[in-house]
Amino acid sequence: MTSPLKVLVLSGGISHERDISLKSGRRVTDGLLAHGLEVTLRDPDATLLKALVETQPDVVWPVLHGASGEDGALRGLLDMLGIAYVGSDGEATRIAWNKPVAKTLVERSGVATPASITLSRDAFRELGAESVLATVAEHLGLPLIVKPAFGGSAQGVSWVDSTDELRQAMVHAFTYADSALVEQRIVGTEVCVTIIDTGDGPRAITPVEIEPLSGHYDFEARYTAGATRFFTPPRLDQKVIEALHAQATTAFSALGLRHLARIDFMVDQEGTPWFLEASTMPGLTETSSTVLALDSAGYDIGSVYAALVESATS
Amino acid sequence: MTPSSGISLDPWFDNYADRAAGLTASEVRALFAVANRPEVVSLAGGMPFVAALPFDNVSRTVQRVIENSGPAALQYGSGQGLPALREHIMTIMALEGVRAGVDDIVVTTGSQQGLDLVTKLFINPGDAVLAESPSYVGAIGVFRSYQARVEHVAMDDQGMIPEALTERIAHLRAEHIPIKFLYLIPNFQNPAGVTLSASRRLEILDIAQAEGILVLEDNPYGLLWFDQAPPHAIRSADDAGVIYLGSFSKTFAPGLRVGWVVAPHGIREKIVLASEAAILSPSSFSQMILADYFDTNDWKGQITTYRDLYRERRDTMVSALATHLPQIPHTLPTGGFYLWLTLPEGLDSKEMLPRAIKELVAYTPGTAFYANGAGRDNLRLAFCYPEPAFIEEGIKRLSRVVTEELELLETFGPAKKAIPLEVTLDAPPPEVH
Repeated sequence: MTSPLKVLVLSGGISHERDISLKSGRRVTDGLLAHGLEVTLRDPDATLLKALVETQPDVVWPVLHGASGEDGALRGLLDMLGIAYVGSDGEATRIAWNKPVAKTLVERSGVATPASITLSRDAFRELGAESVLATVAEHLGLPLIVKPAFGGSAQGVSWVDSTDELRQAMVHAFTYADSALVEQRIVGTEVCVTIIDTGDGPRAITPVEIEPLSGHYDFEARYTAGATRFFTPPRLDQKVIEALHAQATTAFSALGLRHLARIDFMVDQEGTPWFLEASTMPGLTETSSTVLALDSAGYDIGSVYAALVESATS
Repeated sequence: MTPSSGISLDPWFDNYADRAAGLTASEVRALFAVANRPEVVSLAGGMPFVAALPFDNVSRTVQRVIENSGPAALQYGSGQGLPALREHIMTIMALEGVRAGVDDIVVTTGSQQGLDLVTKLFINPGDAVLAESPSYVGAIGVFRSYQARVEHVAMDDQGMIPEALTERIAHLRAEHIPIKFLYLIPNFQNPAGVTLSASRRLEILDIAQAEGILVLEDNPYGLLWFDQAPPHAIRSADDAGVIYLGSFSKTFAPGLRVGWVVAPHGIREKIVLASEAAILSPSSFSQMILADYFDTNDWKGQITTYRDLYRERRDTMVSALATHLPQIPHTLPTGGFYLWLTLPEGLDSKEMLPRAIKELVAYTPGTAFYANGAGRDNLRLAFCYPEPAFIEEGIKRLSRVVTEELELLETFGPAKKAIPLEVTLDAPPPEVH
């Protein structure tokens, strides 16, 4: 009889998404424990790397959202230490974490993505806010969405309906990151597609349509149970759903992702899916669409998590 | 199969009472999760520095309670509270000029429960509560949960301004809105740190008496003065129209969750019944620990220890602000836990918080202390918990945050400040430093 795999789940960290990560980490830990794995849950800190060398877990699962968990740094270090981990490798994570870069790569693979521009704080300082904002509003048109170039959970995101709101939206995004993405806002149906790859190629799980009661899938709508209605499968034509499957898988491959990711789309009135962003460690909390997608599609969550761990060792 | 109405992760979402509105996830509140990390200097929460307690003595007290009174300590107790503890409370209140009999006192689960009980007894949806501007976030939360209309009354460095109170009362009367009570934190106010002057205490009491408005006096910090004691409690001048809330959370330890209410006879009877309906009885164990501690320890000496410790921390914070943020005006508290800062025009304390967290410093945005979305120009700093060296470092980090925000302001100009219709939870949860 073989001894169970030793898994170290990392959650918390010092990113803006710490709270969400702590919740996700506990859920993952529970799922793995229920599956008979030997699991330790810890917060990454200055003693982590030394502890990794000393304890030599079979697999690390960095359930970290934002900062070193999703910018590729920690995963790069795990590669250096030769420790297996769940999730995409350092390079792919770094690319997906940078929303503008991810959009460019995915677009090159043939998936539509809304027109956008990435603006740094320095650009505004150098070129003047008035002229930059006016140019952006004129060329991209309204409505817009403004988000920090890095990060998740809709933190720092604003929905812009007028030129007046654009200024405040930029300031809001810049409090989270020094670079912001201004994107045309596609009016239509918001859909998330979870992709799982446990070694036999990426599988798109039935998409989840998101209908926030407030109209915007902001932080409150994401993390207040009941504030959003979900539809899986989405209320879309079967052909559109098939297109979502195909395009999510294309985006997953274009970004070089592995194991687990969530790909977000807006589907416009004509049924065209527009790629918005990819999350290399999607939220796995009680209100997360990835958990809902797996559950609704009939997967046992613990089994999926255990399969991902197993896959990381191979 | 997805129902036609979709999947809701809370199937009871449409069944909540109106008073549950606003109890939602908050982007700002989530940021405070980082504040407890050791890398972060948290000037956000109001946690007392309980490490300064004489733990050997506390340990002996707990042991004695279990050995001598174990079965009673672990049993239900009186709804009004342990008589032996109420006698100690009489002695403590006498230090602030309040005379009350043992039967006038109701022990509660922290003074927060006292706030809840008084609000429950008096507020119908839409009734007005008058409060300082700004006021304690925990009180605003209670008032809102009973659907009160919280009306802020302007204050300056002497506390609430009587003329502003008169004006606000007249305005509400003209609108035929019932005013149920006036909520005040007269000593080292949370969050502003100011103390209501002796003359204004009497002026405000006169106004309340003339207008037939009950006063709810919340006094958790009164004994934690630095140089001289504050004026006597308002309750000392009127025992018919003032409800007094006291607490052991700041002068001993919040973990025991023990506070008290002193109220006029008729109100007190209802408070006891309402408290029994809510919690049956306050913790017997906690009350016995406190009673034994007051019997056997130099509790006044411990309060002096706290005063010295907090005075040093206030001095450090004030000095660090003068060095690193000289352009930012702030209040100068003579006791308690908090300083209240006014940011340069155009800066927004709520918007600034994510950057502060990135710089590893936390504070509470001013918006937490208003029921109407105001307070973006202000922030509260707590000096009670971090050691002086961390306070100095925290202010240095805050100064970098302010510099960055001023650069943004210079680039984009001042924001148009919309007052949100829905006020969200912008305060740290209780366990944040």
